Amino acid sequence: MLVIHCPYCQAERPELEFANAGEAHIVRPNNMSDMTDAEFEKMFFVRENPKGVNLERWRHIHGCGRFFNAIRHTVSDKFLKVYKAGAPRPSDAEIAELMK
Amino acid sequence: MANANVATPNNPTSGNRFANSSVTIEAAAPAARISFRATPKGAKDFGKTLGIDLPTKPGLSASNSSLSALWIGPDEWLIIDTKNSINSLMPRRENANFCATDVSHRNVAFIISGDGAENTLCASCPRDLSPAAFPVGTASRTIFGKAEVVLLRIGKTSFRLECWRSFSPYVWDLLIDGAQDAHI
Repeated sequence: MLVIHCPYCQAERPELEFANAGEAHIVRPNNMSDMTDAEFEKMFFVRENPKGVNLERWRHIHGCGRFFNAIRHTVSDKFLKVYKAGAPRPSDAEIAELMK
Repeated sequence: MANANVATPNNPTSGNRFANSSVTIEAAAPAARISFRATPKGAKDFGKTLGIDLPTKPGLSASNSSLSALWIGPDEWLIIDTKNSINSLMPRRENANFCATDVSHRNVAFIISGDGAENTLCASCPRDLSPAAFPVGTASRTIFGKAEVVLLRIGKTSFRLECWRSFSPYVWDLLIDGAQDAHI
C-alpha cells in the first residue's frame, strides 16, 4: 500500500484514506459562455495523462477531508512532492530537481 | 404511541457485547454529538462555551469529564458528550463564525478494550495504531474495512470507535472477526 503524506495532517497516511481527484492546476475560466466548443472541450475534457510525472489533486477523504496537490510519477507511483491546495504550481526546474 | 416530535433512531447494534481472553467489545451508551465546523475564532468562542479548548493540532483531542473534542480536520471537530444532553451543548444563538450540527443519532460507538484491542482494530484498519504513532488521546477519522470511522484512543489498551449508525452491523462483524484473530 502507498503511504501518502497529507500536508494538512502533516503526517503519513495509508493510501486507502485518499481519493485521486484528477489533474491539478486547471483554472475554471470566468467567461465560460463566451468560449467556443473547442475551447470548452479542451478545458473541460482534455487532460495531459502523461506517462511520467503528473500534477494531481488528491483528497484526504477518509481523514481530514481536505483537497491538496501532489506530484506523482505515474510509472513508479512515487509521490515526489505534496503541497496545499492554492499553493503555486512548482516550476519545471523544481520538478526536474525532484526527479533526480 | 411514539412522540412524533422526537426521533427514535433504530440502533441495530445497541447492547451488543463480545469478550474473549484478550479483548472486550461493547456498544457504547448513547451520547450527544456535534459535528462542528468553524473559523479559528469560532472554535475559540465555542471552546469557551464548552469549557474546553478545541485542539488545533492534527490528531489531537481534548477531554473534560464526560466531554471530548476531537480534531477531525483543519476546521472540523467532533464533540462527544457521554453524559449531558444535546440541548445543553448546542449553541443557543446563530454565529457567523461557526456551524454546529447535531449528529447524535448519526453515529454509534463501540468501546474496544483489552490487550488485544490494538490487534483487533488493525485487522481492518490500515493505520499504525501502535502507542508510539497513536498515543492515548489521539483522534482520527480513518477507514475500517470499507466504512469510514472516527477512532479515539481513550487508554493504553482501549479505543472508542465511532461509525455511522447504518454501518454498525458491518463494523461490528469486522470487529468480531478481528477479535477472534487477536485472540491467540
